[in-house]
Amino acid sequence: MKMLAFMGRNTKELLRDPINLAFGLGFPLALIFLLSAIQANIPVSLFEIQHLSPGIAVFGLSFLTLFSATIISKDRTSAFLQRLYTTPMKPLDFILGYTLPIIPIAVLQSIVCYVAAIILGLKMNVNILLSVIFIIPSALLYIALGLLCGSLFNDKQVGGICGALLTNLSAWLSGIWFDIELVGGTFKTIADLLPFIHTVEMQRAILNGNFTKALPHLWWVLGYGITFLVVAVFFFIRQMKKQ
Amino acid sequence: MEAIRIENLTKKYKDVVAVDNLSLTILKGELFSLLGVNGAGKTTTIKMLSCLTKADSGDAFLNGKSITTEADAVKSIIAVSPQETAVAPNLTVRENLELICGIYGFPKEKTNQKVAEQIRLLGLDSVINKKAAKLSGGYKRRLSIALALISEPEILFLDEPTLGLDVLARADLWDIIRALKGKITIILTTHYMEEAEALSSRIAIMKSGKLLICDTAEKIKEYAKTENFEEAFVRIVRGEAI
Repeated sequence: MKMLAFMGRNTKELLRDPINLAFGLGFPLALIFLLSAIQANIPVSLFEIQHLSPGIAVFGLSFLTLFSATIISKDRTSAFLQRLYTTPMKPLDFILGYTLPIIPIAVLQSIVCYVAAIILGLKMNVNILLSVIFIIPSALLYIALGLLCGSLFNDKQVGGICGALLTNLSAWLSGIWFDIELVGGTFKTIADLLPFIHTVEMQRAILNGNFTKALPHLWWVLGYGITFLVVAVFFFIRQMKKQ
Repeated sequence: MEAIRIENLTKKYKDVVAVDNLSLTILKGELFSLLGVNGAGKTTTIKMLSCLTKADSGDAFLNGKSITTEADAVKSIIAVSPQETAVAPNLTVRENLELICGIYGFPKEKTNQKVAEQIRLLGLDSVINKKAAKLSGGYKRRLSIALALISEPEILFLDEPTLGLDVLARADLWDIIRALKGKITIILTTHYMEEAEALSSRIAIMKSGKLLICDTAEKIKEYAKTENFEEAFVRIVRGEAI
């Protein structure tokens, strides 16, 4: 009951912020249409809709990190969390209350992305549905990062770290915009060791129906997701006790 | 009958003693003010009493419940209106109130009744469907207090409730606080001397974590040998009152 009330509040806070809607849905849509227009004029295999749409679906998730981090850090700096800490709410109510409302938003975001891709020529098949379902582990990873950043930083720092640094890291090291194999060397090693490229490659493999190829990437995503979540919960509870 | 009994409460932050061996008793229905210059230990005291910060030593009992061993029980009978307005900005006034009812597990019927009660008590009817972010400073403060009161607390902590308000908004809020006097126990911190004098049953003055004096405004003025409460405060804090 406590957690449901808090979840409802967080959903409303997220959906009523026009910046969230503009970045969460508008920006990925603009990118997919823009890059498809470029592809129509100058064909690049990387920007073929079958290859591009999973990348854009995952890139949209990086904004979820910003959303979750912002709402937590604002609640901390405005003392709203301090007020709630004096109520009978438990740490689990806070963590689930912040995490769960973003999952349907992630699913909706990927549905919008794939619907746009279908309009642009992506063949409709069951793999699209599976891609939407398998966006959830990647979404959890990005949400956990948001929970972690929101617990550690204030809202101004969150804007810089999640809004600029993380979206750039996620863009550069995920292979969405260029083929990382072509860069190779240390850059590729670092990209392979971080979760971003695995979230994209998993989506691409599932959309292409290659589930054997998707599986190793799923372990990377789950491994990082669980680790981030555990670390995020630790830091959230630590800042809660610091109050 | 006592509402709060504080026994040798102490809190240190590294080398700084924020609250030093504080002991006092607050009676049921009292409006009790904590005064002191910045760093006196008022906010730390409130944070310990509301179970936000753990005491290093000592204990306090809120309606008989220990802050060190019965934090959950204490949390069920208190509410805090923090110094910052602490509201959910994109929720309307009604939704903010309903959120707190949901957190306390009130059924729908009770929620509707409590929301209506707070709207009437705090004069929020004209802004009930307005988002909290769009409210004026005075209405945000009223909402903040309504959010604290809606959970039916036995003890209410008001941390600088009129900070930054204009004269009229402050006078309105004083009327609201006065109306609560005697119904629930209120612990108020403020920097405004006239506020403490006008509203409080008793006043405690703290400095560097220590309690300097605890009495009615009249007795404190008598002690400091002055007719002016602000002057009495200054004399006591400076150590000039004999």
